[in-house]
Amino acid sequence: MNIFDRIMSLDRRWVFLLLAIVCVVTYVIPFPIKIIVTGEVESVYNFVDTLKEGDIIFVAIDYDPNSLAEMHPMTYSIVEHAFRKKLKVIFTSLSQNGPGMADQAIRDIGDSIKVDKTYNGVFYEGREVVNGIDYIFLGYKPYPALVIVGMGQNFRLPFPTDYYGTPLDDHPIMEGVQNYDQVKCVIDISGTSGVDMWITYGQGRYNFPLALGLTGVMAADYYPYLNSGQVFGILGGLLGAAQYEKMADNPGRAMDGMRVQLYAHMVIIAFIVLGNVGFLVSRRKKRL
Amino acid sequence: MKRQLPLALVFIFGVFMIFQYFVPHEISETIFEFLLDWVYIIGIFALALGIWSLIRVSWDKIQKRKDNWQYAAVTLFGLVAMTFFGFDYGRNFFSAEGLQNFMFIHFFDYIMIPIQATMFSLLAFFIASAAYRAFRARSLLATLLLVAALIVMLRFNPYIGPFFAEYMEKTASWLLNVPNLAAKRGIIIGVGLGIVATALKVILGIERNYLGKD
Repeated sequence: MNIFDRIMSLDRRWVFLLLAIVCVVTYVIPFPIKIIVTGEVESVYNFVDTLKEGDIIFVAIDYDPNSLAEMHPMTYSIVEHAFRKKLKVIFTSLSQNGPGMADQAIRDIGDSIKVDKTYNGVFYEGREVVNGIDYIFLGYKPYPALVIVGMGQNFRLPFPTDYYGTPLDDHPIMEGVQNYDQVKCVIDISGTSGVDMWITYGQGRYNFPLALGLTGVMAADYYPYLNSGQVFGILGGLLGAAQYEKMADNPGRAMDGMRVQLYAHMVIIAFIVLGNVGFLVSRRKKRL
Repeated sequence: MKRQLPLALVFIFGVFMIFQYFVPHEISETIFEFLLDWVYIIGIFALALGIWSLIRVSWDKIQKRKDNWQYAAVTLFGLVAMTFFGFDYGRNFFSAEGLQNFMFIHFFDYIMIPIQATMFSLLAFFIASAAYRAFRARSLLATLLLVAALIVMLRFNPYIGPFFAEYMEKTASWLLNVPNLAAKRGIIIGVGLGIVATALKVILGIERNYLGKD
C-alpha cells in the first residue's frame, strides 16, 4: 500500500483527533485575526447606529441552544450596541427553546451595560437597563406565522402579558406602541425556518425594515431577499457576528470563536485537498 | 357527514382566511383575532396528546425493559422535573412565577444548553470527516462544487494574501449573488407555486389525505 492509498483509507478518527487539537489550541491561545466587514453586515450596524435615543427596535430571538455558538454573539453585539445607544428593545422568541436563550442573553447584557465602556472613541457610561422601560420580553407563542401576523395588528393580541406575566399596558415602553408601525426595524436572529415566516408574513405584509441573523449554513439561502430589498442586512454565522463586533468596536465571543473556526476550516480544506490528491493519483495509476 | 363536515369547514375557513389577508377592515380583523384564539386552543389539545404519547411510549419502554430503556427513564424524569420547577414547585399553576424559578433556570442553563450545544458541535467533526471522504473531484459537476466550496471557505482567510483575498472575495460574492441567487429564486418561486396549488387543492377538497382512510 503506497502513501496515496493510505491517504485514501485514512481512519476518520485521525481527522477527529487533528480537528479537536486545532480547536482546543486555537481556543486556548488568544491571537488576533483580521476580520473583513462585508456590506450586508455594515448596513445592519449603520441602521442601528443611526437611530435616535428612545427609538424602538424589535429583536426576535428565534434559536435554540444547538445554534447558540453562532447566534448568541449576534444577539449580544446587536443588543449591547442598541442599549449603549439608549434605544429601546422589544424581544420575542418564536422558537421553542428561545425564551431560555433570550432570558439568558438579557441577563448577561444587562450586567455588561452596567460597566462604563468606550466604543469607537465614544464613552458610554454604565447604567442599568430596566424591564418595562428599556426593554420588554414578550415571550414565546407557538405557530410563528400566526403570531407574526397577529403582532402586525397589535402586540397585545398574541401577547396580552409579557414573558414574566405582567400585562403589556403596565409597561411604560409599550405606551403608544401598537404594532410594527411603532418600531424602527425588526431583527430576526434565527436558526430555524421561522425566518421564512418573518419574510413572508411579516415584512411582506407589514413592510417593516427587516434584518436577519442566520447560521452559517442558512445564510446563502437568504441572499435573494437581500438583493430584492426585502431584507436590508444579513449577519451570516459566527463570521457575521464577528464583523458586527468589529464594527461596534466590542470584541467578544464571535471574535474569539473566529480563531477556532478559521483554523478548523483550514484543517477541513487541507483534508479535502489531501483526499483529492490521493484520489486523483490513485485513479491515474489504475488507468495506467 | 363524517367527511363532508370537515371538508365544508376547511373550505369555509380557508376561503375566509384568503380574503381576510387582503381585507384590512375592522370586522375582518376581529374575526381573525377570534380565529387566532381557536388555533391556540386546538394547539393545546395537540400538546396534551403529545405529552400523553411521550409518557405512554417511554413508560412502555421502561416496563418491558426494551433496548436503551434508561434513556426513556431520563426523558420522563426531565419532563416531570421541568414541569415541577416550571410551576414553581407546584405552587403557581396560573402565573409565570415558575419561569424565574432558580432550579428551572439552572436546569435550562446548565443541562439543556450544554447538551444541545454539544450535539451540534459534534457536527463539525462529522462534516470534516465527510468532506474528506466525499468531496472528491469525480466529475465536472463535483469539481465545480468542490472549487466553489473552497472559494467561499477561503474568501475571508487572512493568510492567503491581499492579492488572492481580493479575487477570492469578488469570486465568492459573484457565486453567492449570481448562480446561487438564480438557483434559489427558481426554487423559491417553484415552492411558492407548489404551496398555492396544494393549499387550493386542500381548500377545494381535491386533496383529502388529511382526513385519513376511514
